[in-house]
Formats: sequence, C-alpha cells, structure tokens
Amino acid sequence: MTPASWPRPEPREDRLLRIDPGAATWRDARLGDLPEELLPGDLLVVNDAATLPASLRGRGPAGEEVEVRLAGLGEDGGWWAVLFGAGDWRTRTEDRPPPPRLFPGDRIAFGPDLRAEVRRVDGGSSRLIAVAFDRAGAPLWSALYRHGRPVQYAHLRAPLALWHVQTGYAARPWAMELPSAGRPLTARALRDLARRGVGLATVTHAAGLSSTGEAALDARLPLPERFEVPPRAVQAIEEARARGGRVVAVGTSTVRALEGQAALHDGRLAAGGGVTGLAIGPAHRLRVVDGLLTGLHEPGSSHFELLKAFAPEVLLLDALAHAEAEGYLAHEFGDSSLVLRG
Amino acid sequence: MQVRGAAAMVTGASRGLGAALARALAREGARVALVARGREEVERVAAEIRADGGEAHGLAGDVGDKEQIHRLAGAAAALVGPVDLLVHNASTLGRTPLPLLLDTDCEEMERVLAVNLVGPFRLTRALAGSMALRGGGLVLHVTSDAGLTPYAGWGAYGVSKAALDHLGRIWAAELEGSGVRFLTVDPGELDTQMHAEAMPDADRSGLARPEAVVETILDMIGAADGIPSGARLEASAWVPRPAARAS
Repeated sequence: MTPASWPRPEPREDRLLRIDPGAATWRDARLGDLPEELLPGDLLVVNDAATLPASLRGRGPAGEEVEVRLAGLGEDGGWWAVLFGAGDWRTRTEDRPPPPRLFPGDRIAFGPDLRAEVRRVDGGSSRLIAVAFDRAGAPLWSALYRHGRPVQYAHLRAPLALWHVQTGYAARPWAMELPSAGRPLTARALRDLARRGVGLATVTHAAGLSSTGEAALDARLPLPERFEVPPRAVQAIEEARARGGRVVAVGTSTVRALEGQAALHDGRLAAGGGVTGLAIGPAHRLRVVDGLLTGLHEPGSSHFELLKAFAPEVLLLDALAHAEAEGYLAHEFGDSSLVLRG
Repeated sequence: MQVRGAAAMVTGASRGLGAALARALAREGARVALVARGREEVERVAAEIRADGGEAHGLAGDVGDKEQIHRLAGAAAALVGPVDLLVHNASTLGRTPLPLLLDTDCEEMERVLAVNLVGPFRLTRALAGSMALRGGGLVLHVTSDAGLTPYAGWGAYGVSKAALDHLGRIWAAELEGSGVRFLTVDPGELDTQMHAEAMPDADRSGLARPEAVVETILDMIGAADGIPSGARLEASAWVPRPAARAS
C-alpha cells in the first residue's frame, strides 16, 4: 500500500475503511463520517500521550556518529534506546549500516549540554541499549527537546516538525512515535462526536518505536511499554457498558493500555498505571475493547497481529486488498480503518 | 479551581508579576513550570521556590518563537503532569521609549503581536485540547488597561492586549461546556521592571507591588468555576471571595 508522504490538511476527507467483523463486510467511508459510524452511547478512548522528539544525534566514545532513538523510559529512571548507524531517516532503517557496538560504561555526547552513559546492552540485540542521561528534571527535558527530532521514516518527503507529530489532545510526552490513529481527531471531529452522543475518555500509553532496522528486534516489538488508565476512563467505560455502548479504542496503543491493564488485574479493568508487554494477536480474548479506529496495517506487522484479535485474518486481508486497489494511503499520515461490529 | 495539587504553567515567570504568581501558586500546593527567556533567571526563581518547599521547574523559552511552543508544552507536562492551569503572563512592550505608531517599524509590531498574542494562542492550542478531554482546566490571560484605552505611544502593546482580551472570549465561546475556562485579568499598574521601562519618569511610590495583587489573582482562580468563562476582570475592582479558595 502506498504510504502517505506528508500530513494532509483536512482529515475529514481522509478515507475510512469500515470493517464489520460481525457481518464479515467492509465498505468505504470518510473520516468525517465517523460520528455516524458510531452510536449514541458508544465510548471512544484515545491515547493522550504527546510525542517526544526521540531521535538524538550524537557521537560515541571513539567520536563515531550515532543516532539514538529513545524507545521508552525504563523503570529505574533510565531510558531504553535503539542505536542506528550512519545516515538518517531518509534511508530505510533496514538498509542503514549497523551501528557501532557500544558497551556498558561507554558515553554518548549529544552536543555540549547532554550526555548519556550506556548502562546495559540487550543480550539479544546489541543495538538495544539502556542509557542514563547526565542530568534530570527540567535540564534533561529542555535538552531532549532542544536536541531531539521526531522519529520518522523514509516514506516521508521532508523533515517533520514537532507539531506534525502531536495529536490535538496531547498531554505528557510519553510516546516515542506519534499515536497516529488519533491524528485525524480534530477539535471539530471531537465536537461532532460529542454532539452525536459518543463519549470520550483518555488513557496514556508510551507508544514506542515501530521499526529498529534489525529483523530479530523488530519481531520483539512492541517492547514493554508503560501506560496509565485514569479513574475517569474506568468510570466512563463502566458507564458505557451499563448503557449498552461499545468501547472503541483509538489506536493500537490504546488497546494495549486497556487490555494490558485488564490482563494485570485478572481480566478486570482497574484504574492505575503499569508496564505491559502483552502481545495481542488472534488468540487474545478482548476483555475491555469492542472495536478499534486505527490506520491500515500490513500483514506481518505487530499492528496487523493485534487487528486479528478483532476480526478474522481472511476478512482483514480481503479488506486490505480492496483498500490498496482503491488507493488508500498507509502509515502514520495515511487513511484510517474502523474495525467494529454493527 | 483548586490550586492544591494542580499542574500549573506560568510564562514570563522570572520576575515581576509572573515570578510572584509562580511563588504563590507553589506555596498554595501547585506544581509549577516556570517559563521565561532567560535561563539563569528562571532557574533561579524555580530554585528559590524549591528552597521554600514548593515544586517548581524552570524552563528557558521564548513564547514568541513558534519552534519553542511544543517544546515548552511537552517539557512542562513531563515535569508537572498534564497542565491544569495555564497563565499567559509573558509580554513585551516592544521598543522603549515607546514609539508613536507612525514611528513603529512593522517588524516591531509583528514581534509584539508574536509574544503577546500569537504566543498565547499557540500555547493554549497545544494544551487546551488535553484539558478539554480531561474535562477541566483554566487559562488565564494577563492583560492591561492599555487594551481598552487608546494611550498614545502604546500602539503595539495596546493592540496586542485588546486582541488578547478578545482571544480569551472566543476561546471561551468555542470551549463552552468542555470544562475548560478562560479568564482575562488586568492586574492594574504594578511596580515592575516593565512599568519602569514603559514610563521611566513616572512616580513609582504609589504603585502596587506584584505580591499584593497576586493574592487577588489567587482568589480569582479559586472562584473561577463561578465566573462566566471569558470574563475580563480588574484586580482593583475585585471583591475578595476568600471562601472560594478552599473549595
């Protein structure tokens, strides 16, 4: 499927592939039709994580150039990161030369005011490292925002600005890549949904990297990610259930937060935060989420595996083939799909 | 709104009214992200607040620079959590001594509007969507009577404040029912560095100290849920509602 190469100005015109697993059908719609695709009483749950500019260019201990892409905050206050070799986003990650081998104790300098020390190197992939920065608090966050660039890939035509990778309701910068399913949800779209009687709730999920340049590491994605389900979201979900509404997650990260939290609490959704490494696929029994607004995900990706928890693979493949033939666009600035019964 | 436990962001917080307000918010139990152009100054005020037992983080940044808005919004949210209270206090007079409009360069006018009007618009735009989905928040614009009265020589500044007042009203109209509220506050003439730069020959002996008006603004914040969103309030005309703060 052709990727969208740049953010489009009017998301209402974006295409929406409406997949109904109950009827085993799909049809074409527009994002602007989303309120009519949902019913009064349904609840839309979004991931409100802002996107950190998580790509940092630095120099390793021998002065060699490295790109460090932060993958997520670790539980000890350090960060998980993936190393990339020479080049930048303009080269496909899998075509880039391997990064230099770094070892615990090595230092990476990101300009004069930010350094990190390698604390650990993953046993399975030497490009997955744990790092600790040489500062904390406001000096750290200021430096990350000063030196970081949005993580992006070769299908885009120009460097992204920070505002290109924020949703309209971004809060804490927990995401390392744009939680892109929510990108088309403009203030107008949210207003139209509210007028339709669709509820809105938020979770925060630290969406990580979607590609590492190494097949074996890609196969481990998503890495464990932290999340928070606020009491307000739990209440909204319980109220939606009580009135017979459906819970529709916006983005695979929202599914991981809600289903991950339920998995940590014997299948019951409780308010709170944690870390989830839950791999969601066809064998996963959904406990919280009924449907999903997301992009168009190609077979083989972890996103596509997750979709199989919502709809049979054969239906998804047929619908995707149709979308491709119809010129739908893929990736973070591409078109959307709504997988929901009814 | 309740200040205790709130996440607050105050621009222009390295001196004058902004610093005094940041100190007072932290004293009342808010977690405060302070923003100002000068790194040393804003970090010094934040360090003083922390030394007094408050939670404060100093962020260097220019709200008149588009590139810095999401950096400031993101860093603030990382440090204090999703922002509940946003105070647009930063502003610039432009060139001093204040020029007549016929002597005002277009670039000077643009710079004043960038800091005093477009900057607050951008920062609210970056933060208010999250407030709306979380069901509440307060955005406070600091304005001036120069936005109402056409004082000769105050052209760029006065225009920027008049527009800022109206920006607050339109935000309020568009976000009515979302729980996000807007207030515009005229603190009155204060004994600040900005006042001295604007009117170097004025007698400062009768001017209020920023610390004095801060108590009034805290009252307004405490009472905000009962004030029509978008309202323009004058500190000098405010009738204290001490009970509001405890609510």
